[in-house]
Amino acid sequence: MAIISQGFSGRRRAGEAKLPPGQYLTTDFPVLSAGPTPHISLDRWEFTIDDGSNVLKRWDWKSFRELPTENITVDIHCVTRWSKLGTSWEGVSLDVLLADVKRDLPYAMFRSYGDYTTNLPLKDVMNKQAWIVFKFDGADLAPEHGGPARLLVPHLYLWKSAKWVKGMTLMPHDKPGFWENLGYHIYGDPWKEQRYSDE
Amino acid sequence: MWRIAKVVGLHDETPTARTLALAVRDWPGHVAGQHVDVRLTAPDGYSAARSYSIASAPSLDGRIEITVERLPNGEVSPYLTQEVMVGDELELRGPIGGWFVWQRDQTEPIQLLAGGSGIVPLMAMLRSRSSTGNVAPFRLLYSVREPRAVFYRDELRALSSQGDSVVITYAYTRVIPKDWPRPAGRIDAELVGNSTWLPDLRPTTYVCGPTSFVEHATDLLISAGHDRKRIRTERFGATGERK
Repeated sequence: MAIISQGFSGRRRAGEAKLPPGQYLTTDFPVLSAGPTPHISLDRWEFTIDDGSNVLKRWDWKSFRELPTENITVDIHCVTRWSKLGTSWEGVSLDVLLADVKRDLPYAMFRSYGDYTTNLPLKDVMNKQAWIVFKFDGADLAPEHGGPARLLVPHLYLWKSAKWVKGMTLMPHDKPGFWENLGYHIYGDPWKEQRYSDE
Repeated sequence: MWRIAKVVGLHDETPTARTLALAVRDWPGHVAGQHVDVRLTAPDGYSAARSYSIASAPSLDGRIEITVERLPNGEVSPYLTQEVMVGDELELRGPIGGWFVWQRDQTEPIQLLAGGSGIVPLMAMLRSRSSTGNVAPFRLLYSVREPRAVFYRDELRALSSQGDSVVITYAYTRVIPKDWPRPAGRIDAELVGNSTWLPDLRPTTYVCGPTSFVEHATDLLISAGHDRKRIRTERFGATGERK
């Protein structure tokens, strides 16, 4: 029972068939962040994995960049309705970072410089589904897009791909992060159009 | 949940921007700074949705206003700014967003920085303040391409002339009015220093505009000594589409 707007035809494109519902295609790379862009120097950067009480793993930039990397080409979908197809990134798979971490805690809270947080089930960041990326289109990741390094979880809306990521805390139960506390969906599957908490 | 919104008023803010007054069925109310998604459906069923900030103050009568800037290659904005007529119905969902908001019980000094059509959610905050008699001191630094691109011109003038501590400073990036003291150009450290609250007053700051404006403005604020945790931002994409 949609309301029809006579005279509206829209702008259909060839790529549209590949988009999740309610999304439109853009070739730009819009920026969405809740606050100022942090500028993080590489000699102070670190990424840690903890279980809420103990730090289990810690990398500085040098040891992080010594890890094996992958090139990834994926489509990304923002909850604000734009999608961008075939974006290419370079980063370290979470499978590498979690290789010898016990998997008995089923959820994770990712933490960022600038205090952003976002929650994810651990199973959604394993098995070639998530990376800590530091290059976009062959160049160092720009600060406004999350550089020096951000999480990339392309199968969920892009707010889950935390910019300026600095660590993950493993948790026994799911818990909302920053946007999930402010009305956005706890999981955020774009193909099920899980934008807001009332969906 | 999509709601039905009837267009009950239209007026042009600038040659490229139009305000739509909407009567929304079962509207639950909003907070200044929130936005809505508007969905249009073509006769063959194709639909497209975009987000627009609410420009009006919260009210209980089920009416809201949005101001839409027409984008050169926009899909939805040309229809909303050129085709839609009073009496038409649209689909709308919201209000959305719980971060870039000003609540009526906030009493601390407020600093607003707008770039272009980024004024819209900030206008909702100014209107929300006026409509409740809140006396929190507000300052607005409004960067705009040229004088004729200013939204809400008369209302802003009235707000700043009431002597109740709303101070508005304009900065023109391309064309200045006659006898304007500052040359056309981006905002800079001197202007931010002269026209915004001192960091010691611990204002809450809201910055809205295109990405380049927000990045530049927040860098200037942080260089001036403002606490990054007290700065909230809303950026348009590189396309200029509303967040």
